[in-house]
Amino acid sequence: MTTDLHQSTEEMLAESLWKVRLKLAWRSFRKGWASFVENRIGLLGLGIIALYGLMALAHPILLDTVWDPRVYDPIIGYDAPATIKTIVPDGQVTDPETQVSLLEARLINPILKVGETLEIREQPASPSRKHLLGTDPLGRDVLSQLMFSTRAAFLLGVVASLVTVFIATTVGSVSAFFGGLIDTFFMRLADLILLVPFLPLLIVLSALFQFGLLHLALMIGILGGFGGTAIILKSQALSISVKPFIDAARIAGGGKMHLIFRHIIPNVLPLSFLYMMFSVTDAISIEATLSFLGLLNIDMSWGIMIYQASVQGYLLSGTKYWWLLMPAGLSVTLLAGSFFLVGRAMDEIINPRLRKR
Amino acid sequence: MLKFIGKRTVQNILVFIVFLTATFFLLQAQPGDITDQFLSNPKITPEVRQQFAERLGLTGTLWEQYVRYMKNFFTGNLGVSFSEYPKEVMDIIAERLPRTLALFLFATFLAFIVGFKSGKLLAWRRGKRGEHVITLTGVFFQTVFYPWFAVVMIWIFAFFLGWFPAGKFLTVDKWLTAERTFDANAVFDRMLLTVLAVAVLIIAAEIIGRRMNSRVAGRRFIWGTRVLTLIALVVWWEAVWPEMIPFALDIAYHLVLPTVTLSFVGFGGWMLLTRASMLETLREDYILTARAKGLPDKVVRDRHAARNALLPVTTSLVIGLAFLIGGGVVTETVFSWPGMGQTLLSAASQQDIPLTIGAFAFIAVLALIAHLVVDIMYMYLDPRIRVGG
Repeated sequence: MTTDLHQSTEEMLAESLWKVRLKLAWRSFRKGWASFVENRIGLLGLGIIALYGLMALAHPILLDTVWDPRVYDPIIGYDAPATIKTIVPDGQVTDPETQVSLLEARLINPILKVGETLEIREQPASPSRKHLLGTDPLGRDVLSQLMFSTRAAFLLGVVASLVTVFIATTVGSVSAFFGGLIDTFFMRLADLILLVPFLPLLIVLSALFQFGLLHLALMIGILGGFGGTAIILKSQALSISVKPFIDAARIAGGGKMHLIFRHIIPNVLPLSFLYMMFSVTDAISIEATLSFLGLLNIDMSWGIMIYQASVQGYLLSGTKYWWLLMPAGLSVTLLAGSFFLVGRAMDEIINPRLRKR
Repeated sequence: MLKFIGKRTVQNILVFIVFLTATFFLLQAQPGDITDQFLSNPKITPEVRQQFAERLGLTGTLWEQYVRYMKNFFTGNLGVSFSEYPKEVMDIIAERLPRTLALFLFATFLAFIVGFKSGKLLAWRRGKRGEHVITLTGVFFQTVFYPWFAVVMIWIFAFFLGWFPAGKFLTVDKWLTAERTFDANAVFDRMLLTVLAVAVLIIAAEIIGRRMNSRVAGRRFIWGTRVLTLIALVVWWEAVWPEMIPFALDIAYHLVLPTVTLSFVGFGGWMLLTRASMLETLREDYILTARAKGLPDKVVRDRHAARNALLPVTTSLVIGLAFLIGGGVVTETVFSWPGMGQTLLSAASQQDIPLTIGAFAFIAVLALIAHLVVDIMYMYLDPRIRVGG
């Protein structure tokens, strides 16, 4: 970080420390933002994240105002458009919109006779003005589920990535600073975690214990934090801890904790932040996959939406019931992908080697 | 080189022991034990439950149980499956491991070759039109919600186009109605062995051909061996196992779609990585030298740049492997491919703990071996390690 010298030293010293720090942070943020904007793919990712963020925010407001919770509640809402049809003898159906054959009617209620009327409820219902993305096999609004699940996805991603980055930054910095036995222990632990396949491990764990969303987020965070991310952040911390300003701080009388938390970690943080983006991607896809396999104890999420469709037998229905599979599947892909894109764009800012010539 | 391999093998065995220990304590961390499942059954008295506990090795101190567990594991006794009682876990695994192995190997191979080649070309044409589109495609395949993607693939290729079967390991009708004296595994194991033999022959030819003095002769030798191997393959099957050929083709036909789908998982990541690594290599001075002395573009790209760009990509193979193993579990589930992943999942959802642990342990072994192979490959590719270590 370079400071412009348009202020005199006295003026700078007169300002309180936190103000200077804030200014520096703001300046480096603006610089980073300027180069981030140049990367159109990164901006696209950020736009998609913002869109989903808005959806997550809008959902409770919509439920409070426009949407009747009895119909639009993502978990217990119910609505099935009903049509009244007249029963006609088999083979004499002339207008399928208003008539139904006796055979089909008796599948629903065996004591019905010709001439009587039957109320047929359609679920899953195709998209209509009332339900923009149709309803699921249980008569619940798909759009509402989609928006509700966005919140869960964000929550999971943020918790998992915060835990990952917190652990990885601390472990990386500490093992880079102290070296020796601590370093060996944490690095071997990271190797061990990297070797064990992630998804099968989570499958086993969810078989043994009941997993909720928060447990899963913590689990992903802990495994990621002690695993690969720790190795990467350690190498970054190592390259910082040999720089002259660390020696200067030590000579000035800084204690070990002061050196680690005030000098090493702030310099590792940009890279930590980058890996936060990638761990959000991982967390979202892992949650969706585990939910799809029916292993999690969660009410509603994108993975659960597809799981429901698959349990009810709509998994291979193709385009006929597209609204059961496409919105949820695409959402997982888009949100996970856009965090990845933002991460890539940030990578180009933080790693000068990747910048354009 | 042998020292290095030996060291890595010992390390991996240690890792596996640590892993098993962790698994054991994880099992212990569960509330209660397996005999509690019968608590609500009035026909099973406490005495009978005690007998169960003794038979299942749940008595004694923690340390005794641990020693027994490890001893049983390494003597190949993984217990009896609950959900497929009275089959032994080891038998189930022996039956299904080859299927997972085949899926995993073919998909890795396909993903790596396609990813590396396309990444190489992409870096070479940097700055041309369509770059954004290709990057986005790569990112899409890397972060796509994989189970959903697999379902879409089935829908496109099995239902809409109807080119491939929608899932399963074989056509059940065909196998049930035909007169045959062998089972599916016998055919499948022979197929795997054949592929392995072919691979060894082709790689050997490649190594020998590269060392030949004249490049033209080397090239002829490599291609000659490839053609001869293929002919030998057909002749061998026709001569030795003629009755198995239609059945082998049936299995191969079922294998295509899962393999291709699974390979997409690794493909995107490897393509992007190769591209990044290649871009860095292209900036080196020796590339400029190679161009300045007038070497053709293809030689600069393939011999000078790509070979060096391969190194960092091989290092990160490890991450891709983890993806592929996880993806394999999902693939097997979606495609009803009866391998380890599907076994793991169905055992886990039926609380069949012995089978779950057994399947998981073998998936972990698969991962460990894959990592070992990558390490060895890396060493072979990087002369700095080869000479030094």
